[in-house]
Amino acid sequence: MPLLRVSALHKYYGDNHVLKGVDLSIEEGEVVAIIGRSGSGKSTLLRTLNGLESISDGVIEVDGEYLDAARADLRALRQKVGMVFQQFNLFPHLTVGENVMLAPQVVKKAGKAEARYLAEQMLARVGLSDKVDAYPDRLSGGQQQRVAIARALAMSPKVLLCDEITSALDPELVNEVLSVVRQLAREGMTLIMVTHEMRFAREVGDKLVFMHQGKVHEVGHPREVFAAPQTAELANFIGAVAGG
Amino acid sequence: MAYQFDFAPVLAQGDLLFKGALFTLQLTLIGTVLGVAIGVVGAVTRAWRLRPFDALFGLYVELIRNTPFIVQLFFIFFGLPALGVRLTEWQAAVLAMVINLGAYSTEIIRAGIQAVPKGQLEAAAALAMSRFEAFRYVVLQPALAKVWPALSSQIVIVMLGSAVCSQIATEELSFAANFIQSRNFRAFETYLLTTLLYLLMAIVVRQLLAWIGQRLLMGRR
Repeated sequence: MPLLRVSALHKYYGDNHVLKGVDLSIEEGEVVAIIGRSGSGKSTLLRTLNGLESISDGVIEVDGEYLDAARADLRALRQKVGMVFQQFNLFPHLTVGENVMLAPQVVKKAGKAEARYLAEQMLARVGLSDKVDAYPDRLSGGQQQRVAIARALAMSPKVLLCDEITSALDPELVNEVLSVVRQLAREGMTLIMVTHEMRFAREVGDKLVFMHQGKVHEVGHPREVFAAPQTAELANFIGAVAGG
Repeated sequence: MAYQFDFAPVLAQGDLLFKGALFTLQLTLIGTVLGVAIGVVGAVTRAWRLRPFDALFGLYVELIRNTPFIVQLFFIFFGLPALGVRLTEWQAAVLAMVINLGAYSTEIIRAGIQAVPKGQLEAAAALAMSRFEAFRYVVLQPALAKVWPALSSQIVIVMLGSAVCSQIATEELSFAANFIQSRNFRAFETYLLTTLLYLLMAIVVRQLLAWIGQRLLMGRR
């Protein structure tokens, strides 16, 4: 029984057919890297998984939560599917600690002391215990992204979606974020990441999903897929990325 | 031949001016609290296109912003009794100010809401917050902070505009001034003092709003 299953997923923006029948199955504890050219639908696919994008047809199932074009209990779904964004999207008017505490307090009705304790734990996990009372604009990009990860983790999600979470970072800050993600993977967190970090995908990933023209074009274990791509498009893509 | 300035007859009625000034401040306080509250509700319905309320607020905003305050006031005080709604001068003045500020602050606060990046809402949604929760905890404070100077200016404008309420015999500062100078004919002295009082009140209210903004909206460090 997979933790997350996507069947025959279609997404249109007006006449633009962005996702053309995506099927995907992800087991608990898997680390999945989604790669592909821009416009291949990889970010859209990721954003459908927590209902940030509506879907036109098909079914998404996450740990018993069921979502299709007609109905969705987004509040329940989103408590199981956390997300980290390219632009961090921390709440600028709240301290780091309050950023992490907010959703547990508002959504899960946690008490303040309980939420504070939880926030301290989550911030310790991402190595930022000393920043609880700082405001986000005092933090580096890498630190902000680690806070965003802590904020998502505070809701104890079953799956964590990562949407190009290192793309907005200066190169020297990428590693501190990736090492947090690597630690999460080691702890058994189910991760689905849209990423351009091919080396990281190969090193940490259990599954590589190559999106091409709105479809899953090729799936496999990263090491095998990178060593011997089965399709010309993926071979091309890997060549382009490696060459660049 | 030269005019002999004499402030004594005006100062003798100083308590009237003072009471009038307090009355103006009261009107402003109530008008601000209720007007901004309407503004917040109107702004979110407009910014997020919450049908059908966005259209209703749109109509309200255009109606109020494109008609003179004094006509709005006269309509409420002299017009509404025809429909059986009889208000005291005080009630009519408060209502007119609330309605007026509500319309302007709807537009001002809407700009603030629209200036909050979309990513903030997505982050709140991804954390399983409802739209209302996202608005309440994520959008509102930064939105108000962004437009607080503009909103403060509008509040001062409405306070000064409340002088018009003297026309329906609301006993605020201008009413007191008119009353005093009609008794002692010391128009220059009376209106000079009244002008200074308005100036002082405007400065104090502006400072107070700036302080409130610092404390509540940019409240850090």
